[in-house]
Amino acid sequence: MSVDLKKLMALIQQGIPICARPYQVIAQKLGCDEKDIINGIETLTQKEYIKRFGVVVKHRKLGYKANAMVVWNIEDEAIGTMGEKLAREKAITLCYQRPRRLPQWPYNLFTMIHGKSREQVSSQLKQIIKTHQIKYEYSVLFSTRCFKQQGANYFTQETSPINSEVEG
Amino acid sequence: MYTSKPSSSQTDLNSLDHKLLQNFQKEFPLSARPFLDIAQQLNVEESTVIERYQQLSEQGIISRIGPVFNPHKVGASTLAAMAIDEKKLEQTANFISKLNEVNHNYQREHEYNLWFVVTAETEEKLQQVFIEIESFTGLQVMQLPMIKSFHIDLGFAL
Repeated sequence: MSVDLKKLMALIQQGIPICARPYQVIAQKLGCDEKDIINGIETLTQKEYIKRFGVVVKHRKLGYKANAMVVWNIEDEAIGTMGEKLAREKAITLCYQRPRRLPQWPYNLFTMIHGKSREQVSSQLKQIIKTHQIKYEYSVLFSTRCFKQQGANYFTQETSPINSEVEG
Repeated sequence: MYTSKPSSSQTDLNSLDHKLLQNFQKEFPLSARPFLDIAQQLNVEESTVIERYQQLSEQGIISRIGPVFNPHKVGASTLAAMAIDEKKLEQTANFISKLNEVNHNYQREHEYNLWFVVTAETEEKLQQVFIEIESFTGLQVMQLPMIKSFHIDLGFAL
């Protein structure tokens, strides 16, 4: 028997339960075997619905308090090469192209740098700019407060969620 | 063996916690008893592993053990930003955080001072969330959906 992948995604989106047989607990909710759940997660990963499956840490709680979104205004022809270069930088944890919203928002490349202090983040950024001789306009948006960080709820729950989230 | 460096952070991790957080961010065991697999790799008891993960979860150090979905393949999602009067920021941020479809919500130093991620099953459901936010706040939301990801998510290096 194969499991309904959509129902499976809805049940695991906020995490698996932390107990000896987590996949068994999920299987009971879906009325299938533990093996079906494991196969289902493997299928979702193979099909690239899941980018990674594992422990998701909250960096702020671990002292990585300085988190800067650095946004760049890259000319359209260069965005592919710049994006790939920046994505390879160790300090950069996310690197996405997004649309400009002119006139108020000219930036089209979004990167994230996490660090234990602002100074650390700023010096990493300086180094990156120097290494790649970046001449493009950019802006640094430090986060000052985290109101919410949890897993995405792509699916509305028909069954009750397994919620391992503790959110302040 | 890992020794925690002195830092300004309030959370110091012992060696076991560090491995539990660092080594299983991807390819978490998909076996009947995943925590036993981890325990055997780290040479500790299964019950210890479960207890530590429960504790780390309760402390809010881990968000979850679970999937990070690929936004190109699953549902609809976007980053969004708003420029909000300082006096109304907290109230608005709290309203937005309460929405089920919002998973990240940060204040940032910019004229656009509130940044959040919205996800939903379909584009239509996603847009309903923005209608709700815009009618509550009377402000426009700037939507910045991802066009291309240059990054492979390997987790977060501690």
